[in-house]
Amino acid sequence: MNLTTTLPIIAPASAEIFLAISGLILLMAGLFINKNTLKIISYSTIAILLVTATLVLIQSENALAFQALFISDSFARFIKVLIIIGVIFSIIMSFDYLKRSENNLFEYPILILFATLGMMLMVSSNNLILLYMSMELQSIALYVLATIQRNTLKSTEAGLKYFVLGAFSSGILLYGCSIIYGFTGTTSFNGIATVVSTSRSTSVGLIIGLIFLFSGLAFKVSIVPFHMWAPDVYEGAPTPVTALFTLAPKIAALALFLRVMLDPFRDLLISWQPLIVFLSIASVLVGGLAAIMQTNIKRLIAYSSIAHMGYSLIGLASGNETGVTGILMYLTTYTFTSIGIFSFILCMRRNDSPVENISDLTGLSDTHPMMALALMIFMLSMSGIPPLAGFFGKWFVFISAIDAGLYVLATIGILSSVISAFYYLRIIKIMYFEKAAQPLDAIRDKKLQLTLCGSAMIIVFFFFAITPVYNTAISSSILGFNLS
Amino acid sequence: MIKQWLLTIVIFGPMLGAAFIMTLRGRTDQIAYSSRCLALITSSIIFLISLLILAFFEQDSAKFQLVQKINWIPSLSSSYHIGVDGISIWFVMMSTLLTPICILASWEAIQKRVREYMIAFLVLESMMIGMFCALDILLFYIFFEALLIPIFLIIGVWGGVHRFYAAFKFFLYTLVGSVLMLLAIISMYCYTGTTNLLTLMQTRFLPEMQTWLWLAFFFSFAVKVPMWPLHTWLPDAHVEAPTAGSVMLAGILLKIGGYGFLRFSIPIFPEASADFTPMVYALSVMSVIYTSLVALVQQDMKKMIAYSSVAHMGFVTVGIFTMNIMGVDGSIFYMLSHGIVSSALFLCVGVIYDRMRIREIKFYGGIAKNMPRYAMIFMIFMLASVGLPGTSGFIGELLILTGAFQVNTWIAAFTASGLILGAAYMLYLYRRVLFGKLENEQLNILLDLSPREIAMFTPLIILILSMGIYPSIFTDMMSASVESLITNYKAALNENAMSNLTAG
Repeated sequence: MNLTTTLPIIAPASAEIFLAISGLILLMAGLFINKNTLKIISYSTIAILLVTATLVLIQSENALAFQALFISDSFARFIKVLIIIGVIFSIIMSFDYLKRSENNLFEYPILILFATLGMMLMVSSNNLILLYMSMELQSIALYVLATIQRNTLKSTEAGLKYFVLGAFSSGILLYGCSIIYGFTGTTSFNGIATVVSTSRSTSVGLIIGLIFLFSGLAFKVSIVPFHMWAPDVYEGAPTPVTALFTLAPKIAALALFLRVMLDPFRDLLISWQPLIVFLSIASVLVGGLAAIMQTNIKRLIAYSSIAHMGYSLIGLASGNETGVTGILMYLTTYTFTSIGIFSFILCMRRNDSPVENISDLTGLSDTHPMMALALMIFMLSMSGIPPLAGFFGKWFVFISAIDAGLYVLATIGILSSVISAFYYLRIIKIMYFEKAAQPLDAIRDKKLQLTLCGSAMIIVFFFFAITPVYNTAISSSILGFNLS
Repeated sequence: MIKQWLLTIVIFGPMLGAAFIMTLRGRTDQIAYSSRCLALITSSIIFLISLLILAFFEQDSAKFQLVQKINWIPSLSSSYHIGVDGISIWFVMMSTLLTPICILASWEAIQKRVREYMIAFLVLESMMIGMFCALDILLFYIFFEALLIPIFLIIGVWGGVHRFYAAFKFFLYTLVGSVLMLLAIISMYCYTGTTNLLTLMQTRFLPEMQTWLWLAFFFSFAVKVPMWPLHTWLPDAHVEAPTAGSVMLAGILLKIGGYGFLRFSIPIFPEASADFTPMVYALSVMSVIYTSLVALVQQDMKKMIAYSSVAHMGFVTVGIFTMNIMGVDGSIFYMLSHGIVSSALFLCVGVIYDRMRIREIKFYGGIAKNMPRYAMIFMIFMLASVGLPGTSGFIGELLILTGAFQVNTWIAAFTASGLILGAAYMLYLYRRVLFGKLENEQLNILLDLSPREIAMFTPLIILILSMGIYPSIFTDMMSASVESLITNYKAALNENAMSNLTAG
């Protein structure tokens, strides 16, 4: 008897397995450590994530595992590394916040760990079943995180909203999966791809299933018209949790979206491309226009992240490798900018209590010139002004759109970036052009200072690093289509 | 070795100075003083170094010189590729000359946040020089758009009462234009697989594609020029900007449009340029006549000079699109001349504005009596703006009109009417501000020019007169490049006509 046929191949999933086991161990350990529980758990979480990242990086071959349920390809690895970077930074950002809160929440980093596990599995899923399971794993962990500040009304409200709408969308997603199974007779992506490419005419049922799947995924990425939950949840959830929400889950969901569309359903490109074009245009316009009216900075970032997801979808709409490269570049720049903005928001405190209104930034450049400079860099990067990182994200995404001949989409997209520039500039105006009001507190937490400066530096000097990042993105942009 | 790095030093030298200023520590007034000095020293040194560019430049060659090329993004075949030719060299020199003058002009006028102000100006200088030197279209775009940031801050932080409105209008207007250009740049990259300007110049784009790309570039540059009807940001920006900001806007930023036409639109899209020439003529003539008339009725001195700039830039666009040596030489020359003259006029307005904090023409009158030296200097610049023989303005206008006359008499005639209107509004302004009775008693306290102000005006006067009396020092430098530009353009058109003939 051959050993390889009986034992499951687990090597490609070693990072995820390590993460799962150490998460469980940490959960147990948390119960028995009495002193400095939170601190110990947080630091070990970061260590675990670093080890996981190393495990991800040492794999170099594309491989399948668990009867082709799980795929590890260079695309998945790129996204996983981004997710881990986002998660690590959001844990670093939350130290200060957790120290201040009364509840001793040692579950917080562990929940993040399980959410990360879910996200990594999402990125690697090669089967509708794993797709659904991993998405639920990350969602449930995130629902809890949204309500972690359980004695405030806002946080619980945000969590409840997120849970109800999230469960609803999961239902839709599951329904879509079952329809697709019904019409193709398989749940594996490769199987679906074979059915789609061999059948002469596309059945309507399959398209309906695809649309349900589509809606469920769009909800997780929070693109228009499935974006309603995002501003409320972002505003209500504790700020470090919001920082996590804008980054890792979105990246994971977008990556899953990419894989589903470009792997099993690639041959239906003509059917789904108009939909993506529509969603993308709607997102950039709604995200841009709605953000103008906002007074709360977290809501503003929520809308701006909707617009940013719209831009990334431009890469998906082009439906080829250039598009995937564009998205990878876009997500990379988006990660660092978001980290920067959220470390800034966490620094916004007055008389030792957090403030989140845009008007609280009035005259910031007088009182805290360095903070103002950092936020200006983030804002300009978000609006895609060169030579900052955000510009290169846009540049590569739009290359893919032009390459695929989507001129209308590219034109509308780029013009709406001018609309978004307006509200980013408005923040700069408030900080720089107006007279100082009450000053904010100085930043006391060293870690926040570090993430703030670090991300600002990365954004400013991104153009030095562009060649290696771009080359990695190019080599990671081939999804596992060619795997047998 | 030094030749290769010379341009890089000139481009990033000001940034280095800015970084120095950023690290200053001490009391606020000490920081203010040392940042003023440091900024002045940096920009003067950069100006002196940039004289080396002139020294190394071989004027008989139409090739790009002092070229430096470092690989940047090999997968896009983009590189850090810089160099100057006869067209760009004078713009580089203008940028390095005007920056120290601007810093001198803001010595006393700027009292709040001096450090940030000086940093903004030095960064702006870097961006401008980089933009004129860039030989890679992605690199060009980066400099082109990045320079919006310092100007936006200069208008918004140190500007007048309606500075928010002016800064936003300026930024968003230009951004709309430049994002369209970005799309065009991306399309060009997708078509050719490179962002290298020299390769793009040799690529023949399909006629239909040329049309769209040309329009996108045109929109972006027409906002910058600015051309009627896209000029409305300019009066607001000029009026609200601090004096030195207006000088930079008029002196350099307005030249980006003309430079862009010469560097990108015409060499890369010759057929489309030929097709759209009538439209450009029509818009330019509209600019000249309409904005001259608008300038006549202005009550605000800065606004009047701003409108006069739009009219003068109309001359430039006519000259560029005549596509003969006279016209193109003339328009580059006129851009230089206008850069100096209108900057000087803004500085002149700044002189009395700093003293009285009022720009209304009505408020003044008869100040020639207590400011004789000021009256003299103002007169030289005013007459140069009108185009009096012996000043730089005359040579530029003469060349442009001769060029235009060879192409189309009507265009020349209409454009020339701008001369008369120009003389009308400038003399009218001069009479109302400087001559007449000194009726307003508040004006009695006005003091004549200080040595600092004279130091600021002297180089400009010398330049205006030398350009007017011996223009060939300046035109000789550009003639080789302009000739090759025109030869290539004509060759491309002929080739196109031939292929149409054979195809038909």
